[in-house]
Amino acid sequence: MSDPPPSPLLTLRGIGKSFLGVRVLGGVDLDVVPGEVHAVVGENGAGKSTLMKVVSGGYAPDEGTMEFAGVPRTFRGPRDAQRAGIGIVHQEFNLLPERSVAENVYLGHEPVRRGLVDRATMLGRTAELLASIGEGALPPGARVGDLGVARQQVVEIVKALALDARLLIMDEPTAALADHEVEQLYTLVRRLQRRGIGVLYVSHRIREVFDLASRITVLKDGRLVTTVDAGDVGAGQLVRHMVGRDLSSYYPGRAAPGESGAVRLAVRDGGNRTLRGVDLRLRAGEVLGVGGLQGSGRSALARALFGAVPFTTGEVTLDGAPVRLRSPRAAMRAGIAYVTEDRKGEGIVGGRSVLDNALLASRAVAPAWRGRGARTARIRELLAAVDVRAAGEDQEIRFLSGGNQQKVVLARWLALGPRVLLFDEPTRGIDVGAKSAIHDLVRRLARDGAAVLMISSELPELLGMSDRIIVMRDGRIAGELPAGATEENVLALALGTAPEAAR
Amino acid sequence: MSLALSRPARSAAPGVFVALALTLAVGWLLVTIDGGQLFSQSTTVSLLHVAAGLGLVAVGQTMVIIGGSLDLSVAYVLSLSTLVAAEAMNGRDGALLPGAGLALAVSAAIGLLNGVLVTKVRINAFIATVGVGLLLKGYLENGYDGPAGKAAPALVRTLGYQRIGPVPVSFLLLLAVAAAAWFALTRTRFGHHLIAVGGDPEVARLSGVRNDRILVTAHVLCSLCAGLAGIYLAARLGAGAPRVGTEGLYDLESIAAVVLGGAALAGGRGGVAGTVGGVLLLASIDAIFNQLEVDAFVKQVIRGVIIIAAVAVYARRALRKAA
Repeated sequence: MSDPPPSPLLTLRGIGKSFLGVRVLGGVDLDVVPGEVHAVVGENGAGKSTLMKVVSGGYAPDEGTMEFAGVPRTFRGPRDAQRAGIGIVHQEFNLLPERSVAENVYLGHEPVRRGLVDRATMLGRTAELLASIGEGALPPGARVGDLGVARQQVVEIVKALALDARLLIMDEPTAALADHEVEQLYTLVRRLQRRGIGVLYVSHRIREVFDLASRITVLKDGRLVTTVDAGDVGAGQLVRHMVGRDLSSYYPGRAAPGESGAVRLAVRDGGNRTLRGVDLRLRAGEVLGVGGLQGSGRSALARALFGAVPFTTGEVTLDGAPVRLRSPRAAMRAGIAYVTEDRKGEGIVGGRSVLDNALLASRAVAPAWRGRGARTARIRELLAAVDVRAAGEDQEIRFLSGGNQQKVVLARWLALGPRVLLFDEPTRGIDVGAKSAIHDLVRRLARDGAAVLMISSELPELLGMSDRIIVMRDGRIAGELPAGATEENVLALALGTAPEAAR
Repeated sequence: MSLALSRPARSAAPGVFVALALTLAVGWLLVTIDGGQLFSQSTTVSLLHVAAGLGLVAVGQTMVIIGGSLDLSVAYVLSLSTLVAAEAMNGRDGALLPGAGLALAVSAAIGLLNGVLVTKVRINAFIATVGVGLLLKGYLENGYDGPAGKAAPALVRTLGYQRIGPVPVSFLLLLAVAAAAWFALTRTRFGHHLIAVGGDPEVARLSGVRNDRILVTAHVLCSLCAGLAGIYLAARLGAGAPRVGTEGLYDLESIAAVVLGGAALAGGRGGVAGTVGGVLLLASIDAIFNQLEVDAFVKQVIRGVIIIAAVAVYARRALRKAA
């Protein structure tokens, strides 16, 4: 390391980006010097991915300037950024499983001799690149689909290096890796660092960030909170930077002490491919919040309870009686309803009418001809009760606002008189006014005696709505928090920076 | 360290050749018991003729299928090509090359249309090529009641009937075209990019591949192959035949041959060698049934069963690999 500060490889000043008038990123400054690992951290939705897409040419920024290697740049697309020397290793790998390592590495810029692909050169150069980062044992002719996840990641990195990347963006690189593979990745990242390559390391695993990065940039709600030297802060301080916000919005009152009743739904030692050792008690009349990061098993839990991806181990009891929830249909018959997080993909049939969408579940559990008139009348009442605003019940649901679509979905389930309601991100993509209407509805349902489980990535919502909160991490319940917990409590459990709460 | 040059990245599709050997062995046994001869000169010649026609179409089909697309218009392109060639030649040897050239040019134009519809207009390949096929069908049925034109005698003599030992020139043409296609797929950037586009269009795009251009080229090549098959059939029949393509089921059979050869219909996997194996397999089944004088309907049923069974075997193998 020489003494004068190296000139930065990448300089961002005042970068901003809006989608449909919503500002998702604003005023972000950041720089990376050669050989530096610069971590970018933040909660879900803090703007990390958007920022990375701006840097790698996926999005053009609306505001601000970007300089790469001292030259002001605007990238017209990912290829443009690649050619300039910015490589990205995506969370989901961009590889062709049917092709060899070398073919993947040189895809799009195969070496050519006399008009033909020069396979010997391709294999040779790939082998050299692999050897240069200490992965010489990986044969360049191997089929990528036959490699493990960790080695596929190596191929991704080599693919970026083959394009002479001087800045490498790694987006949650350890998300798919086993613990021992993470160590190998560390070694690899340090080797890249020694070659003078700058690394932008996006992660929400605090430990990794401290292990690798020299500087850490914290984003929150699309804005830059601070950039700190890794040596100057502790984990707790960093988490506080990531959170630091007040509970400002209004939420309906929680359940009074007497209101939550008997245990309605209980899971003992539930597990499947993504979940392990889930113990859970859901009481009638309460809203149980589920927190955790994306991919921590929150949705998997809801899907298991709804029978969509059932538990393969453990026991589930409903009002004290054991139930087998092998399919959504079985769960529906048992009185469980599920409002999915992916409203557009799984919640509504966009081209059908409001009424058809609302009738979907009732029609599925009872034959179409039985009690038709009464059923439709009941749905009409429910649609009115949840206050759906539509041009008419025959309007195609895709023309409704997100909030109204969600109300229709809700009416659909209420028609079955569910005992348990599972909400997965019930207010995602819904405007503020409709949000509090949904919040009120959720609370009213609990008050009327339903047991409610509500997953939310929005910490204020989770804290404001829940009577109790469980936090998931890596497919397990990391801990439980009472009402009145703070965002820091939740994040600490979600990130694994705090010892697991005694349960 | 070793470059592992000798280690193949993936095995070729020997499965279809095993099936071919088995079919020929069993067929030979059955035909012999029946008192016939499977490997007589005349049977072999006709088998190779059948293989040449289907093979030319199937090699082209391999290109588009590997690219994740599909061409259901090939049967009509083939019919049209016989007519364009035969009418342009009109029995004159002097017009042989211009006639063949015109037929290929027309075919290439149709391929270009297919490619543009699939890539630029973003119509599903199935629909786009069926649509183009129906368009051609309308033209053919409106304009022709039966054979028309006359192929150049020199073409009939050479491509149509000449052979070296039991091997027709047309089969040698197929081998040459297949070799060229194999070379294009494995040794050129176009081939590498085509396989990438079929395997995962997004990966290809992010790697700097010009997906649309690659896929349009594949469609043009596919149509050219069908056009070439048309010229061959014009030589065989001596005239243009407006329904030869559809009656020969060249569209579905070519796809069946490609899939039998181990290609994934979703794209990204497959090869010319496998396709040629698939073509030979279908042609052999044909020859065996002809020798056994199996009823035409039974024949279709058995062929259907064989295709389904073969694809089921591939699917199982793919499943095991994924697990």
